[in-house]
Amino acid sequence: MRSVITGVAAFIIYLLLTMESGSIGLWSPEELITGAILALAVGLIGGRVLGKGGADYKKLLNPRRWATFLVYLVGPFFFAMFRANLDVAYRVITGKIKPGIVKISPGLKSDLAVTLLGNSITLTPGTLTVDIDKENNFYIHWINVRNPKPSPEEVCGRFPRWVRRIAD
Amino acid sequence: MSAFVIAAIFLGFYMLFCLIRVAAGPTVPDRVVGVDTINTLVVALMVLLGTFYRQVIFIDVAIVYALLSYIATLYIAKYLEGSPW
Amino acid sequence: MVIFIYVLLGIGVLFNGLGSFALLRFPDVFTRLHGATKCTTFGSIFTILATVAYGFWGLARGVQGDLTLAIHALLALVALLLTNPTGAHAIARGARRSGVLPKRAVVDAYEGYKYEEGKE
Repeated sequence: MRSVITGVAAFIIYLLLTMESGSIGLWSPEELITGAILALAVGLIGGRVLGKGGADYKKLLNPRRWATFLVYLVGPFFFAMFRANLDVAYRVITGKIKPGIVKISPGLKSDLAVTLLGNSITLTPGTLTVDIDKENNFYIHWINVRNPKPSPEEVCGRFPRWVRRIAD
Repeated sequence: MSAFVIAAIFLGFYMLFCLIRVAAGPTVPDRVVGVDTINTLVVALMVLLGTFYRQVIFIDVAIVYALLSYIATLYIAKYLEGSPW
Repeated sequence: MVIFIYVLLGIGVLFNGLGSFALLRFPDVFTRLHGATKCTTFGSIFTILATVAYGFWGLARGVQGDLTLAIHALLALVALLLTNPTGAHAIARGARRSGVLPKRAVVDAYEGYKYEEGKE
């Protein structure tokens, strides 16, 4: 099952890369055959390596999670990223910083959710993920510490709730 | 459109800042941060040049460069940690 | 449409410059990572979006080969968005575990935290 999903994903990426090359739809027959062979090889080899968290693969097939992910990406995430850049610009120009490493425990379970929240935290205002321990506690470098023992809402707003809806 | 090549010249100019940091950084992680920033700028620059010269192969090279430089960064970070893998 | 592309390019170049300038301005590794990662990722998103807009504009005018340009640029953008924050996280963890302390820190919850050798 994992191999099939990996292979189909590889085939779609290959089709996107070789668009406008021929006459069958947008592709030439040579490209289609080469892509199928390569996707088969990638699926057989990569499926075993990539799918260690077995349950995560079933979540990737759920269209509602994808829709929530897209809404999250263009809505709150992009807005937070814009604010983050204005914030960093302000700090670059004035040089006012008050850094520190704080610990939060958002209580996520799956690896996919932890990865998504870690990447979101790195790209949003004044925070940078430094380490994650076994109980999924986040160690975060915060550029403007307001509270030495913060709750997750203070550091990253509503992101844990969104991430739980998408991937946990 | 010549705006693309002007933007590319700007990005090339910014790489000098990063090179100063790579040369002057007091610790090794400082230099790695400089190299990582140069990698991101190179990807953006290749996409702009590919649009200016209308060569799709430039953008293909940019995709491969982004993935390979990411793996190199992970490798250096693991080496800095000093943990076995 | 031309003005729209100019605006996108201008925003991208501005934020890329801020990110590179932050490398020189900030005092230690972690704050430099803040500036470098956020600003260069955001700037690169806008420069690549300028390329995508140019590609779709060319498609609307019927120029051959511009759709390929836009789709490849979008794939480059996806690769950049996935890899950039993860790389920054890896550098931060490597730096902290190799003993680089954050300068001027008011709190350090990582102090005294022991990680087990060879495990994630």
